[in-house]
Amino acid sequence: MIQFLQYLGKSTRTSFTKLGRGTYFLLQTVSGILSVLPRPRLLLTQMYSVGVMSFLIITISGLFVGMVLGLQGYYTLSDFGAEETLGVMVAASLVRELGPVVSALLFAGRAGSALTAEIGLMKATEQLSGMEMMAVDPVKRIITPRFLAGLISMPLLAALFSAVGIIGGQIIGSGLLGVDEGAYWSQMQASIDFRDDIINGVIKSIVFGFVTSWIALFEGYDAIPTSEGVSRATTRTVVNSAFSILGLDFILTTLMFGDD
Amino acid sequence: MQHTSTQDTLVGLFVASGVVGLFFLALQVSNLSSFVEEDSYTITARFENSGGLKIKSPVSAAGVKIGKVSAISFDPKTYESVVQMNINAQYNTIPDDTTASIFTAGLLGEQYVNLEPGGSDVYLQKDGKIEITQSAIILEKAIGQFLFKSAEEKK
Repeated sequence: MIQFLQYLGKSTRTSFTKLGRGTYFLLQTVSGILSVLPRPRLLLTQMYSVGVMSFLIITISGLFVGMVLGLQGYYTLSDFGAEETLGVMVAASLVRELGPVVSALLFAGRAGSALTAEIGLMKATEQLSGMEMMAVDPVKRIITPRFLAGLISMPLLAALFSAVGIIGGQIIGSGLLGVDEGAYWSQMQASIDFRDDIINGVIKSIVFGFVTSWIALFEGYDAIPTSEGVSRATTRTVVNSAFSILGLDFILTTLMFGDD
Repeated sequence: MQHTSTQDTLVGLFVASGVVGLFFLALQVSNLSSFVEEDSYTITARFENSGGLKIKSPVSAAGVKIGKVSAISFDPKTYESVVQMNINAQYNTIPDDTTASIFTAGLLGEQYVNLEPGGSDVYLQKDGKIEITQSAIILEKAIGQFLFKSAEEKK
């Protein structure tokens, strides 16, 4: 019993300590933004490895998610004779929820895990302390550009995901199942609001990009510098990112779409 | 990672395609193209009951959308619902004896304001008032009345 209480107290304390370290790390990262801006090269390289490399998986998944939505939506809606609203259904679910959430989950799996492994390995091979020896701040040189790259890439990827998904839904809906193409687009345009739906979706994806990059980079930076430690950190990145994305999505949805 | 100009090009392409995606969402998917406020003027109508009418509900005449509802409020003195509508400025020849009624598009569709133009030569101006109105049909009320009536007849 005593042991259990001890364990409970210890694990609570470690998790709070970790949160504290994470917050400090985030502040350090954000304060490094100003010193990255005059060196866009650093950012560009990271945009390549974080954004461009995720491009393919995001677009292909978006296409398939849109096509599945088109199929499933059609079967359900045609029971009520409301196939014409397929466009609204596909677009609303993609723009509001699936676009930001699924692309963030994919992003955490594709880019987040790679970031953690990279930083963790840098730490394990003492590259980070080597930089410190040369009076180069590793946070500013290594972490901040990656953080910014994630923050910029995520909304773009989510927008791509939604756009490709809507086109996929249209291919299935009006190409295969015979929903009128004009109705598909016009009903969609009538119901989807720019301010309420699209902008809120973009805000969501920015938040997710922020959180995923933060978790991925911190887990890497905080990893125990052994091969096992790095592998554990990579797992934690994916798990924690998924939790945070889904939890935050619930909170953001209640805040954004609660009124109507 | 070594820097190459191919990388720059790919990053450029990536950012460009992301921006194109956003534009696609803004213009093709949402109503941003009709979001630009056109010139419009406001008229008001008082209804006994405005039912499920919402802000942004369409205002149409002869089936064509000519404006939208901009505000709905309750008048505590007359116990009426005051509905403000923005009518596109190009439709400035609505007679002042127009009837405004609240209809439902289809059985379960959304509610909208329908304007039935009268025969007057005087047109509604900015902040004009529509005097003749017809309330929304509340489905539950109608069903209730119908059931009540058929029960009466059976006696």
